[in-house]
Amino acid sequence: MSTTPVTPRPKTNRIGLQVLDYRGGKTTLCAGCGHNVISERITEAFFEMGIQPERVMKMSGIGCSSKSPAYFMSRSFSFNSVHGRMPSVATGALLANKTMKSIGISGDGDTASIGMGQFVHLLRRNVPMIYIIEDNGVYGLTKGQFSATADIGSKLKTGVVNDLPAIDTCALAIQMGATFVGRSFSGDKKQLSAILKAAIAHQGTVMLDVISPCVTFNDHEGSTKSYKYMQEHEESVGEIGFVPHFEEIEVEYDPNTTVNVQLHDGSSLRLRKLHEDYDPTDKIHATKMLMETHAKGEVLTGVFYIDTQKPDFTSLLNMVDEPLATLPQERTRPSREVLAEIMEAHS
Amino acid sequence: MTSSGLVVQGQPISDPDGGVKQIVNDFSIQIATVNGSGSQSANNVLLRSIFRMGVPVSSKNLFPSNIAGLPTWYTIRVSRYGWVARKADIDVLIAMNPETAREDVLSLAPGAAVIYDEPFKLNEIRSDLTYYPVPFDRLAAATGADAKVRKLVKNMVYVGVAAHLLSIDMEWVEKTVRKQFAKKVKAAELNLNAVHAGFDYAVSTLTKQDPYVIEHMNATDGKVIIDGNAAAAMGAMFAGVTVVTWYPITPSSSVVEQLIDFMKKYRIEQDGKSNFAIVQAEDELAAIGMVLGAGWAGARSMTATSGPGISLMAEFAGYGYYAEIPGVIFDIQRTGPSTGLPTRTSQADLTFIAGLSHGDTKHVMLIPGTVKECFEFGIEAFDLAEQLQTPIFVLSDLDLGMNSWMSEPFDYPEKPITRGKVLSAQQLEEVGGFARYKDVDGDAIPYRTLPGTDHPAASYFTRGSGHNEKALYTERPDDYENNMLRLARKFETARTLVPKPILEGTGRQRVGIIAFGTSHWAVLESRDQLERESQLPTDYLRIRAYPFTSEIHDFVATHERVYVVEQNRDSQMFNLLKIDLDPTQVTKLHSVRHFNGLPIDARTVTDAIAAQEGAE
Ligand SMILES: Cc1ncc(C[n+]2csc(CCOP(=O)(O)OP(=O)(O)O)c2C)c(N)n1
Ligand code: SF4
Repeated sequence: MSTTPVTPRPKTNRIGLQVLDYRGGKTTLCAGCGHNVISERITEAFFEMGIQPERVMKMSGIGCSSKSPAYFMSRSFSFNSVHGRMPSVATGALLANKTMKSIGISGDGDTASIGMGQFVHLLRRNVPMIYIIEDNGVYGLTKGQFSATADIGSKLKTGVVNDLPAIDTCALAIQMGATFVGRSFSGDKKQLSAILKAAIAHQGTVMLDVISPCVTFNDHEGSTKSYKYMQEHEESVGEIGFVPHFEEIEVEYDPNTTVNVQLHDGSSLRLRKLHEDYDPTDKIHATKMLMETHAKGEVLTGVFYIDTQKPDFTSLLNMVDEPLATLPQERTRPSREVLAEIMEAHS
Repeated sequence: MTSSGLVVQGQPISDPDGGVKQIVNDFSIQIATVNGSGSQSANNVLLRSIFRMGVPVSSKNLFPSNIAGLPTWYTIRVSRYGWVARKADIDVLIAMNPETAREDVLSLAPGAAVIYDEPFKLNEIRSDLTYYPVPFDRLAAATGADAKVRKLVKNMVYVGVAAHLLSIDMEWVEKTVRKQFAKKVKAAELNLNAVHAGFDYAVSTLTKQDPYVIEHMNATDGKVIIDGNAAAAMGAMFAGVTVVTWYPITPSSSVVEQLIDFMKKYRIEQDGKSNFAIVQAEDELAAIGMVLGAGWAGARSMTATSGPGISLMAEFAGYGYYAEIPGVIFDIQRTGPSTGLPTRTSQADLTFIAGLSHGDTKHVMLIPGTVKECFEFGIEAFDLAEQLQTPIFVLSDLDLGMNSWMSEPFDYPEKPITRGKVLSAQQLEEVGGFARYKDVDGDAIPYRTLPGTDHPAASYFTRGSGHNEKALYTERPDDYENNMLRLARKFETARTLVPKPILEGTGRQRVGIIAFGTSHWAVLESRDQLERESQLPTDYLRIRAYPFTSEIHDFVATHERVYVVEQNRDSQMFNLLKIDLDPTQVTKLHSVRHFNGLPIDARTVTDAIAAQEGAE
């Protein structure tokens, strides 16, 4: 055997692209912001799943989180819309071209307040897209006010205490009809990556609430969305192992064992693989568990609910297979005879 | 309709036999009923029977914002001269609503005829009218209709009575009933029985004493009767619309409801699949959001709404303008502010839409004045939206949208669909990429790509915040200023592309009239009145779009005084013109306004202009 040295070729995915092809612009978010880490996970997931970046639409509302599509997959088409109204824009875009993959990035303020109306309708329509809430419990971009996902009793930097209950976007999403609902933590690389890859493969609304600490306004003592709080309170429903049909992913540890996950700030998170027999198709159980853990002050993570049977919005509408956007005139403008027929009916 | 060949209106014509002087084909009929009593079919039969006798007709449906129980009035104007604006005076009343009957009778023109439900005992209210009592309940019962449908059938009885008294050809009434109930043979028979019951009763019991009669003409040959909302829906379908989103609101709902019917019939492909998507959104915010999302991704997309919906769309409208995304918004105007009179008409959304959204925003508006233009602009709006890459607003109103209008049949669109400046992957390869917001051709319209274009240089980042030519985020003062100046130049390009105004008259008169939308019909008739009654010849320019084209500036420049006729309190068109015109021309403008919720009538226009001109 010869020992000729080989120059290591950069790793490419199944469509021959490198991870570089999935990079975005340089982030302008605060160093250490959870949103940046999520962008990285998204970049990797789309690279690993071998999705052509040109086939992706990145949608968002307004907020620090909603800026983040600028920081991944520059070769994809991006629509940074208005505050809280990404769901309608994303829906419209998918109606125009249902052959595209769509990923939407929102914030907890963007989704759970101004955007609540559109959010629930996106869920009940089961619009085929990945909808990520980068959830920090505060409004980042407007400098630190409470959002509607802030826990009761949590404190602002200024000392103001939140006396309203949090909206659990996951429980809501399950109830409203999303077909893939989960929660993760921006620092939990492994879990988030696995969930994201599964999300990419899902056809229907994927609603992911990703706890994403705001280092500037919500990483202080008294916040329930801080790194420290998350390390102490996160409890997982189980290790997420996703096996795509073209690439095997190894499950690294057995059920009922624990694992320490390294967080990007250097600390580690102890994940416990609970509920080996957890059934993600049972809506009622999932909702109940979310309520129970919430009552205990714990943050449950994992994929809570999946339904692979429910038809997504574009199939409900029984549209032609091609994108509506590019149908030729021969198919969209009726004939002279049709006009004559309608005119006759009105004569 | 031109104003040539007119005779003096409303003059009774002597009967050769020396009997009652007749007024032929020139009067109005009003049917006063209760909302929800099912009078619509009967009224429609009356309207269409007269139309099919070749006599020009128009109708105004005055209905309350209520489902059932409140008064409603349907007025048919019969005009052998072809005038179709609302006529304020009522000549024939069919009084079916006990709540309003007294008041209705008191409001009639002297000499009017009253067909009324016998128990109302209206015949003693005034002595200058002709009364025809009819036992409607008894006649309806005699048709054999069961109690449930008797109420509906009662309406058809007045059709029969009116047919006899006004000499409407029963053959045409029967044909019309059969066409209207084409798919329901039993209903057709029942309704025909009711018509005959009324007709026979009138023949045997009532003696004609009023002057109003219908005679055959051939002024409606080849014409159609249609409402503006159906016409707009047809326009959208023939424009090749693919994504339609909406949220119900009167008077715009029927645009999409009729569009749904058309699309289900004519836009389903061989395999049974739709080449369109129609979505009832959760609100108007979502409706316009979907329109922009779809427009951005390359679909021909639209929504239809009215004022309150437009209010909610403001933020996205500004987004669409600034991020340069095509989309079509039909605004079927109704009165405001807020919910105003929800079922009454106005032209009061002009200034609001012209600058809808905050900051410096300018929108293109198309303003149809006829049902044919509802169809044509329904098509044109989509071409312009894609050509100009901006939201296009089509401003119709309740009067045009929900009332039935005569029209020449619509012409098939010969101009192919224009998708505007969209770069394909191959074109990107040839030109070596693109800058999304760069003015390459000098018309201030940039090039765009559609999501999914398979080229690494195809993508760009769409945002409503500061961006440079390459669509990159920027807060640089010069970038913002350049972009905003380009958008203003793009609006100048729009000026050259929108439908031009239509001039009527010699162009050499001292006095000019400017109108738009449904005010058109009153102005046509008013010009005739002004000439006959006050010897005041006028020129007339009908505006059909905003931004204003150069013809409008010329028209003002070449006339001494110009009356701007519109249906709103604040002279909105007048004010838009003031902003646009050379300051030296502005003092020539005078305002004629009408804003009580009813469609404008000719008399209002004539009296206002005559008074300001010092004419008798
Ligand atoms: C109509 C409107 N109202 C208010 C704002 C101001 N605004 C911008 S971002 C934001 C909150 C964003 O919070 P969140 O979605 O939690 O995102 P984060 O910045 O925390 O990532 C608000 C209220 C706006 N842009 N538009
Ligand atoms: S303010 Fe908070 S949410 Fe916004 S970028 Fe900074 S850390 Fe992130």
